[in-house]
Amino acid sequence: MASSPTSPLSGAAAIVGIGATEFSKDSGRSELQLACEAVLAALDDAGIGPEEVDGLTTFTMEGNPEIAVARSCGIGELSFFSRVGYGGGAACATVQQAAMAVATGAAQVVVCYRAFNERSGERFGTGMQDRPMASTADRAQYSWFTPFGLLTPAQWVAMFARRYMHRYGATGDDFGRVAVVARKHAANNPAAWFHGRPITLEDHRNSRWIAEPLRLLDCCQETDGGQALVVVSAERARDLRHKPAIVRAAAQGSGEDQQMMTSYYRPDITGIPEMGLVGRQLYAQSGLTPNDVQAAVLYDHFTPLVLPQLEELGFCKPGEAKDFIADGHLELGGRLPSNTHGGQIGEAYLHGVNGIAEGVRLIRGTSYNQPEDVHNVLVTAGTAVPTSALILGAE
Amino acid sequence: MGGSLTERLQALAGRELTAETWAQDAVNQPMIRHWAEAMGDRNPIHLDEDAARAAGRDGVVAPATMLQAWTMRGYAATVAGGPASPAAAELAALLEEGGLTSVVATDSELEFARELRLGDRISVTETVESVSPEKRTALGTGHFVTTVKTYRDQDGEVVGTQRWRLLRFRPERPAAPGTAEQPEPTAGTEAEPAAQAEPAVQPEPAEKPRPLRPRPATNRDNAFWFEACLEHRLLIQRCTACGTLRHPPGPCCGVCRSFDWDTVEASGRGEVYSFVVNHHPRVPAFDYPLVVAVVELAEGTRLIANLVDVEPDRIRIGMPVVLEWIDADPQLSLPAFRPAGTEKN
Repeated sequence: MASSPTSPLSGAAAIVGIGATEFSKDSGRSELQLACEAVLAALDDAGIGPEEVDGLTTFTMEGNPEIAVARSCGIGELSFFSRVGYGGGAACATVQQAAMAVATGAAQVVVCYRAFNERSGERFGTGMQDRPMASTADRAQYSWFTPFGLLTPAQWVAMFARRYMHRYGATGDDFGRVAVVARKHAANNPAAWFHGRPITLEDHRNSRWIAEPLRLLDCCQETDGGQALVVVSAERARDLRHKPAIVRAAAQGSGEDQQMMTSYYRPDITGIPEMGLVGRQLYAQSGLTPNDVQAAVLYDHFTPLVLPQLEELGFCKPGEAKDFIADGHLELGGRLPSNTHGGQIGEAYLHGVNGIAEGVRLIRGTSYNQPEDVHNVLVTAGTAVPTSALILGAE
Repeated sequence: MGGSLTERLQALAGRELTAETWAQDAVNQPMIRHWAEAMGDRNPIHLDEDAARAAGRDGVVAPATMLQAWTMRGYAATVAGGPASPAAAELAALLEEGGLTSVVATDSELEFARELRLGDRISVTETVESVSPEKRTALGTGHFVTTVKTYRDQDGEVVGTQRWRLLRFRPERPAAPGTAEQPEPTAGTEAEPAAQAEPAVQPEPAEKPRPLRPRPATNRDNAFWFEACLEHRLLIQRCTACGTLRHPPGPCCGVCRSFDWDTVEASGRGEVYSFVVNHHPRVPAFDYPLVVAVVELAEGTRLIANLVDVEPDRIRIGMPVVLEWIDADPQLSLPAFRPAGTEKN
């Protein structure tokens, strides 16, 4: 049962605006334009003018610097700006940064954003094959796998998936069910790329190998688009037009012997210890337990790593996620309706930020697949990298 | 989504590969002049107003076979590429899935509805007409993909069509890395008298030197390891203070914080800890399916390496393996592993 929050961060800030561009495969405009459109849409949703914004947070991978977004959007002086590293692992940490800034007074109105032409421009899915090599430690880490042809995110995740299957007896179908649920939810979401296009487990079984044991339908899509979120104090949030999504907890985590996508050197590689670390912080900060969480947005760049997230976050025991999922618990009416927007598999791959927006909609009660009685939503960021997560709650 | 590759390819029939694309320039005299000169076309109706009128035209007309040239995108746009239509992307993905990486143009049939006059604006659309069943040819096994380009003028009237047929195929003899064997361009094939039409384009030079594997990014912390590989020695870094082995290497021992280290040479014995079988994307430096494993060495450290001389279906976690070497190129040798008991010597 819930107890009192232990962290001054818990309940200090709220997400009060969400805004996105359309999600496409070819936006036809610059990444900076996508970022500006998303930021302005989020501010409009919040009912706050750009001139009030004094903080911006994003990913180190983001191609649109804060100053360019500020200048283009008519945002004036910035007293807080920060970026978080490690790809999709940064998603929820941008909100953590914003919440900490608001809680400490470093800024009053912080916008978190992420925008790219990731399908029509530089495609993430192709991995490292053509990336230049410098001698920094950041680049040198790739030396241990790219010369061997282990080049893409799908391949990096497949290595974990194989070991997980070996240890727990999970099968391709167990991964496939994650995709089927995502596409079922996406089918009902007009903003989703795969709106109106559900798949069956049979479709998953018939989809081609990408990197065994991963099939095409285990992989999320590549997207052009932008998504932004507006964070202010919980106090200010009460005066704004939407029901606020209170940041009950926000945490980052990097595990022992952490590598980027290739933490294969740990004693065991079937869990996601960095997500376990994040989960423990979320519950401690907020005083909540898994039983207090009614819905989730679980980072799904690839299906296999959804399973250990459920285990690390305490929704089931290690090795039991496959049964939890097979029993329908990720669907509406299940124990933990998840990725109700369709996930990155079905809606869009916005590096997890679109999932945070769905978390906000779940609290507002405006998801296209809205479960009943949602009080707290857990949202996670990228897996197999240093990561982050949030618990968003209703007042 | 299901179905054989052939069925899925054939299901593309009728789909639009290229949406209506307008010529960048109206039909104009300078481009006609360059084209006629390059082609050696001395017919004066393409260049001389009076000669054209004398031949019953209202004015200069473009060479008929120049039809295709008007809507070409130009060099820069072609090199830069661009978004493909859904059908084009699907076709490309299916061809890649089938390993149909080689291409030879076999036919181009043009039909002309009227001559083009100066000032005409031309657009083109391209649709898939048909995809043949799988055919064995002297070049290799593959499918004939026939598309139709329809050219229209500013009023939407069809001015010509072009039926364009390509053989997309798997080369009969994939060349061994480093060899420069050239498949013979064959005019006719046993299965299909395909290449009778002229001009048949020669196969793309598929035997370019193979691109190199991605280079390791070496620095003061890891260069020793790759240098030893060139001598076929698999090293493991060892902390000289506490004796802990570590891989991947680094400058400082995470156990005792000592910066002093040396190396030990691995026995070369280990077992498969996990593995993947890569199918897509296909990077030219590698053969696919490509097996990459995490191997746990007898010494206790793990490393990533390719598995060789084993069918992917036979690989199991826990399988004992022994060290092998891949001499990828003169600057890069890498450890690989083969199933124990299948040593070469």
